[in-house]
Amino acid sequence: MAANLTNKYVVFKLENEEYGIDILRVKEIKEMIRITRVPKAPSFVKGVINLRGEVIPVIDLRKKFNLQQSSDTEATRIIIVLVDEITVGLIIDSSSEVLEIEKDRIEEPPATIASIDHSFIYGIGKIDERLIILLDVSKIISITA
Amino acid sequence: MDMNQYLEIFIEEAQEHLQNLNQSLLGLETNPKDMQRLNEIFRVAHTLKGMAGTMGYSRMTNLTHQMENVLDDIRNGKIEVSTFIVDVLFECLDFLEGSVNHIAGNGKEGNASADEIITKLNKILSGNTSEAVANAVVKADSNTNELLRFNQYDNGVVAKAIEQGFNVFKVRVLLDSGCMLKAARAFIVFQTVERYGEIIKAVPTVEDIEDENFENEFSIAIISNESEAVIRKDLESISEVNQIIFEKVEKLEIESTGAVVADNAENQAADVVQQEEKEASDDGANKKSKTGKTVRVDIDRLDNLMNLVSELIIIKTRLEGAGTENTNQDMGEAVEYLERITTNLHDAVMKVRMVPIERVFNRFPRMVRDLSKELGKDINLTMSGEETELDRTVIDEIGDPLIHLIRNSIDHGIEDKEERVRRGKSATGNLYLRAYQDGNSVVIEVEDDGNGIDISKVRKKAIEKGIISKAEADLLDEKASVELLFKPGFSTADKISDISGRGVGLDVVKTKIESLNGAVEVETIGARGSKFIIRLPLTLAIIQALMVTIGNEKYAIPLNVIRDITTIDAETIRNIHGQEVVLNRNNVLPIVRLNRVLEVESSISEEMNDLTIVVVKKGEKHAGFIVDNLIGQQEIVIKTLGKYLSGIKHIAGATILGDGQVALIVDTNSLI
Repeated sequence: MAANLTNKYVVFKLENEEYGIDILRVKEIKEMIRITRVPKAPSFVKGVINLRGEVIPVIDLRKKFNLQQSSDTEATRIIIVLVDEITVGLIIDSSSEVLEIEKDRIEEPPATIASIDHSFIYGIGKIDERLIILLDVSKIISITA
Repeated sequence: MDMNQYLEIFIEEAQEHLQNLNQSLLGLETNPKDMQRLNEIFRVAHTLKGMAGTMGYSRMTNLTHQMENVLDDIRNGKIEVSTFIVDVLFECLDFLEGSVNHIAGNGKEGNASADEIITKLNKILSGNTSEAVANAVVKADSNTNELLRFNQYDNGVVAKAIEQGFNVFKVRVLLDSGCMLKAARAFIVFQTVERYGEIIKAVPTVEDIEDENFENEFSIAIISNESEAVIRKDLESISEVNQIIFEKVEKLEIESTGAVVADNAENQAADVVQQEEKEASDDGANKKSKTGKTVRVDIDRLDNLMNLVSELIIIKTRLEGAGTENTNQDMGEAVEYLERITTNLHDAVMKVRMVPIERVFNRFPRMVRDLSKELGKDINLTMSGEETELDRTVIDEIGDPLIHLIRNSIDHGIEDKEERVRRGKSATGNLYLRAYQDGNSVVIEVEDDGNGIDISKVRKKAIEKGIISKAEADLLDEKASVELLFKPGFSTADKISDISGRGVGLDVVKTKIESLNGAVEVETIGARGSKFIIRLPLTLAIIQALMVTIGNEKYAIPLNVIRDITTIDAETIRNIHGQEVVLNRNNVLPIVRLNRVLEVESSISEEMNDLTIVVVKKGEKHAGFIVDNLIGQQEIVIKTLGKYLSGIKHIAGATILGDGQVALIVDTNSLI
């Protein structure tokens, strides 16, 4: 499966769930900065930011996952990911840590999980009692979804 | 040996040579007696043969070899240049081009067979060739070491050496015909030899060898105390050395005075030959130095440099902002200085990206020639302003639209010979291709003196194709009717030809040019011809823009599309067929409320009477954009929104402001 390359995942929180993204996809994690809205863009695209001279689109993951909207907090972060030569930012509630999840601890996603669209999920990682939803970033940024 | 690392060099060089060949062939066609062109063609064919041989592309090698034979016969006056020969040579060129393109695409030579062309070449040679070739070979061989002759001084040295028991050799070194770094190989040969003794003479001279001013061979005279076998063994181990011919000098070439005189005469003759050769190679050298002064730079690296300059400009703008608040004079001066430097730097970097439009134009003479032959029309192409420079990105994109316009002119524009004569025009049609700079833009014109654009026919066709209704057509003025040509699905050619008239023409041209922020228009003068005018921005990356606010957002409008800025009374806005308009300068000006288009809450209340309007033009059309406030003029660096947001309507791109914020650039073209 091409979606992950190592066993290490950047783990972050959104609503009450924990999610993970393959660490090799993550370029950096930024604090919230001012976002310029782009008219006529898909609703889950919050706008664009200036990342050291590059203009990068930012996706509101809450909106993408059809979660309830909430206002930004001190902990809100933008994870910058690079997928298929496209750099995008993902807005998340807070990022916590980098975890190593062995392949045999990853299970196929169940048919229904939380409330988010099934197709973004690549697997469920289990660490102790924690369940971490591992995301397939390339699916998230596909604009049609 | 792994050749892949040379593949890129091969392709680039081959393409350059083919370009050269193309030009020379065209030149030869117009002036068949032009020896210089012929030599150039020969040189190119020869070089290509060597290059293709090294890379193992046998088909190219065979073909170029045959070409050489034919060219050699022409050079020797055995064959006269005829249209047939030029045509065949063009076929060779096409084949070679095809091969190179195939190699560029697949890394391998294609399977296309050159047999047919080779047969034609053989037909041209028709018998006398084999003899000529054999002769040439024999001549080369009989020349062994003849080139290397000792003068009096050398004789003295040689005599002394032999006296002291050293061996003196004349060595003729033949390099592989495909050797890429001849000078370097020669250097290695020299170094190897110098381990055993001393080089007392070299033909051509050492300087010439270092400058690669020699064919595939050179001769040297060595004084050594080693035997021939030892030196030979070492020399033969050098790669790309094809053959080494040793000749031991046993005793001095002391000849009678008469012989010396003869010798002198011969030397003189040789000198003359050499001089001629030198002139020829000088030509080559001049050419080389012209291209030699350029460095190929990956466009990505250049873009990176460009980005850095952009950053610098952003910081400069920021400092300017800080400078106005700060009353410190030093600060102001420093910022001013910085501005000067960044402006210069920007210019310099932009210039690096500039490429003369010649790169696009130089393929057209050939195209016009072929098309005119195919259609049986005599066409004279006149090009001017080839040196006009455009941004590299524009150059890469502009070729196809131009090809289209030229085909269009030749196919639809210029009439048959009989027709032209009947209309009292010269039998030869004229096609003009001009490029020139006009202010901040570059204009390219494609003009023909053909039958122009038949406006009534255009209207009729547009109605037929359902592009407009009859009623609409009657309302159109001349200019608007001509514009119909650019509508998708439009073609006036009565019969669809191979050249144009597939109905996917001018609208594609228009879209392409507009994507480059340019504009295209057409002028037609009755039956005297038509002229397509393309206007392109000089640079794409950095522009002057007007910053405006709409609601609490900032937007940039490119300055070059703004006609003027004015205020209007909200009450003067009228509504015609659902389109808001206002009377401005006695013209009806459509109004675009930017806040609605961009889905922003406007900060101006409904009761406000004075509205600020930015009047924007697109070709001949205008529209007034209502904005909340004007911020001012600013130099902005255009950034794309990236692949992810590429399809967004009404936004042409983004820019980064002095405070690090991103502002969007309004795509005015899409709003008019």
